[in-house]
Amino acid sequence: MTVSVKPGKLIKGQTGDWEVVIGMEVHAQVTSKSKLFSGASTEFGGEPNSHVSLVDAAMPGMLPVINEECVKQAVRTGLGLNAKINLRSVFDRKNYFYADSPQGYQISQYKSPVVGEGEIVVELDGGRTATIGIERLHLEQDAGKLLHDQSPTMSYVDLNRCGVALMEIVSKPDIRDAEQAKAYVTKLRSILRYLGTCDGDMEKGSLRADVNVSVRKPGGPLGTRCEIKNMNSINFIGQAIEYEARRQIEIIEDGGTIDQETRLFDPNKGETRSMRSKEEAHDYRYFPDPDLLPLEFTQSYVDELKAKLPELPDQKKARFIESLGLSPYDAGVLVAERESAVFYETVLAGLADKARDGKLAANWVINELFGRLNKEGHGIGDSPVSAAQLAAIVGLIGEGTISGKIAKDLFEIVWTEGGDPRELVEARGMKQVTDLGAIEKVVDDIIAANPDKVAQAKAKPQLAGWFVGQVMKQSGGKANPQAVNDLLKAKLGI
Amino acid sequence: MTDLTSLTIAEAREGLASKSFTSLELTDAHLAAIEAARSLNAFVLETPDQARAMARAVDAKIAKGEGGPLAGIPLGIKDLFATRDVRTTACSKILGNFVPPYESTVTSQLWRDGAVMLGKLNNDEFAMGSSNETSCFGPVVNPWRREGSNTTLVPGGSSGGSASAVAALLCMGATATDTGGSIRQPAAFTATVGVKPTYGRCSRWGIVAFASSLDQAGPIARTVRDSAILMRSMAGHDPKDTTSVDIGVPDYEAAIGKSVKGMKIGIPKEYRLDGMPAEIEKLWSEGAAWLKAAGAELVEVSLPHTKYALPAYYIVAPAEASSNLARYDGVRYGLRVPARSIGELYENTRAEGFGDEVRRRVMIGTYVLSAGYYDAYYLRAQKVRTLIKKDFEDCFAKGISAILTPATPSAAFGVGEKGGADPVEMYLNDIFTVTVNMAGLPGIAVPAGKDAQGLPLGLQLIGRPFDEETLFSLGEVVEQAAGRFTPPRWW
Repeated sequence: MTVSVKPGKLIKGQTGDWEVVIGMEVHAQVTSKSKLFSGASTEFGGEPNSHVSLVDAAMPGMLPVINEECVKQAVRTGLGLNAKINLRSVFDRKNYFYADSPQGYQISQYKSPVVGEGEIVVELDGGRTATIGIERLHLEQDAGKLLHDQSPTMSYVDLNRCGVALMEIVSKPDIRDAEQAKAYVTKLRSILRYLGTCDGDMEKGSLRADVNVSVRKPGGPLGTRCEIKNMNSINFIGQAIEYEARRQIEIIEDGGTIDQETRLFDPNKGETRSMRSKEEAHDYRYFPDPDLLPLEFTQSYVDELKAKLPELPDQKKARFIESLGLSPYDAGVLVAERESAVFYETVLAGLADKARDGKLAANWVINELFGRLNKEGHGIGDSPVSAAQLAAIVGLIGEGTISGKIAKDLFEIVWTEGGDPRELVEARGMKQVTDLGAIEKVVDDIIAANPDKVAQAKAKPQLAGWFVGQVMKQSGGKANPQAVNDLLKAKLGI
Repeated sequence: MTDLTSLTIAEAREGLASKSFTSLELTDAHLAAIEAARSLNAFVLETPDQARAMARAVDAKIAKGEGGPLAGIPLGIKDLFATRDVRTTACSKILGNFVPPYESTVTSQLWRDGAVMLGKLNNDEFAMGSSNETSCFGPVVNPWRREGSNTTLVPGGSSGGSASAVAALLCMGATATDTGGSIRQPAAFTATVGVKPTYGRCSRWGIVAFASSLDQAGPIARTVRDSAILMRSMAGHDPKDTTSVDIGVPDYEAAIGKSVKGMKIGIPKEYRLDGMPAEIEKLWSEGAAWLKAAGAELVEVSLPHTKYALPAYYIVAPAEASSNLARYDGVRYGLRVPARSIGELYENTRAEGFGDEVRRRVMIGTYVLSAGYYDAYYLRAQKVRTLIKKDFEDCFAKGISAILTPATPSAAFGVGEKGGADPVEMYLNDIFTVTVNMAGLPGIAVPAGKDAQGLPLGLQLIGRPFDEETLFSLGEVVEQAAGRFTPPRWW
């Protein structure tokens, strides 16, 4: 698969412009009840060593048995990345000694991964997009956790996470700047969350990225890369790339060369620092795990999973634009997070006339609701205004029962007090007055009481706005603005 | 009644069923024999209390007519099999006093069928060896001696304890494992019957791993029929072992006595080694003649890649072992030699815990998997393995039912006699047996005669995948013709 790489932001050095070349390995913890090769629970946050089977602890004579659910999740993810699914793949042992790896090897996939090449489209600022190639996705075991702060002389080992399934998703070196890198992880995370194959919780470590960075003169040969390990925040990824690229440029421009090495990002200092050099790199002695047969499934198994895939962000965005007339920007905002899209679609489901009010609903979700949620530090999951309530508010505007202005007051009431918007409008007399007779009486009264203003308005029609304000004030904002305008124009003869 | 230990499993089964004796009596007789034979060093752990408790329980069941196929039969268990609440060490210092909280699938099936555990049997450390001299509990002594000699002989390995105990009438049968010949070679050295089943026939779950793609559990017994009886209980699909195969377990015993008339038996010309002792040559011809007399047709066959099997085996097996043994690190169980850093903890523990042969194989295995050497060694060995497998497939495709070979290139040798200067000298013991593991086929070693010094020699029959039944039929023909051999008691 060839992807046309989107040029990125070049970095100015003393010797001219530099291009950054980035490839990423994202480790995504698979959403499954039990581990990749054992029946132990994958639940986060249990007592140390409470989710450990004999297999996870690598007791003598224990054997791994593949968890089919994890395979299914990997295949579904591959499909979501528009990737080639390999009907036959092989588990290999990656041998290394460390206390977080009881077997003394990690079961991974080396030469034959379960998913091959694919691609995803990522959204950049200003409505631009970039296509990033996927090299492969393979399944492997997560390691345990070392606790260094429990004893002054010893480290403790917690094997709860040990053996949990990870998908390592490797991108092609198609990423050209920090913005693209951040957009890539954002989009990847969104796809995983839509699929339900990884919860994408970077704080809990469910999604971590190793970032390979090198620099070169635009179009020149690839430079030596450094790998920045274990990034667990999208913002840090951006910062790390910016720092690392500048570091490498400075070294080269000072006449130095880049050492291929593994580096760590220190978020406090905003710097990367060396972790180990190429010479210190492990020889993992990969070989096929003789305890496991090759992983084989049929095309019809893949087809079945494909048929049952949920709608993914790109498809959903296209549908919102096409069938509801949303702007690409609004559609993009709504689909970026699975929860937002679900919320919006629940609002849609509560509308009596989707064609009429769908776009209005999008405005309300994005501007009023998201705006307010952001301001108050809420997530969509704990929004005080439910999708059903918002649908009711939007419906009331759409059918002309309340004006947009009143709707904002209503939203405020629902946000702080709760309640059924329709009943609130009824109970608090917020209904828009569309009774022309009633509005006309108000208009007549104001005209009669203000002959000087009438004269001014006749001379200068823009001043009619003063009358509109007065009418709205007297009607408590409930008069239909269109009706007020029409009446005033007629009565004032402007 | 005086000599319960000399009964076969089949005979004991009848005696128990007809209430001629109880399992407790049978068990006690064996416990006494074990106690009297400690000089053989066959058992590394005797479990008399557990044995008697199991015997009593099974006696109660037999009384109610509920005994299983192995009801009341006392067995020995190779120390490679994890036994719940009973120390399991693989005869390595590194496992220390490890007591597993689980039971291997194979042994749990034996207990399910009513067998009684007498204790744990000695073996080469992690099953790495062909003489049972690498055990951290010291060498096992072969109950057989050269005529007129007091020289202590090895029982072969790695299942030396199993073979020695069965031959010396310390248990009626024993579990064993075979990675390159570890069941068949000791069986041949002790005049017992050893079966290495098809790879995938018995579950590997709960057996301390040596080389996962080659390891297979099987029985050692005193007769072909007894080995068939044990096989039926040991075999079977286990969802906990992905490499175990989900096909039904036949009544292996029913194959005993079945006519072998018309079967084509292959005699592989590549197994006729230069400098092979005349006695082995003679034994092989005799075996062929017995099968012919029983109606089988002898056919010379070719297994052209045989000569590459041993070198390839000594790449594949150590490679897998180097990785399988990485878990013995002093962190979670077994031996821990204290240190100031994790790296030092590994080094100290593994240096102290592993014996020379294990260390040698871990190093060989690490080397052949290293970057830059992988293709030249491991990958090439795997290619050889494919060719060896194909040799056999081609042979079976021509209508060959089984292949007859010697089991070992010599009879038992003295303790300390081989491999001291050159480990390859020891490795050559597996020359006739490794091909079978490399191809994943079933093989049986049957006692067939004695050498000039009165030591037992065995013949090997190699079968088609999952056709152990034919091996039992043919094995019994050899057994009938050769007779049974029991070592004179000197211990």
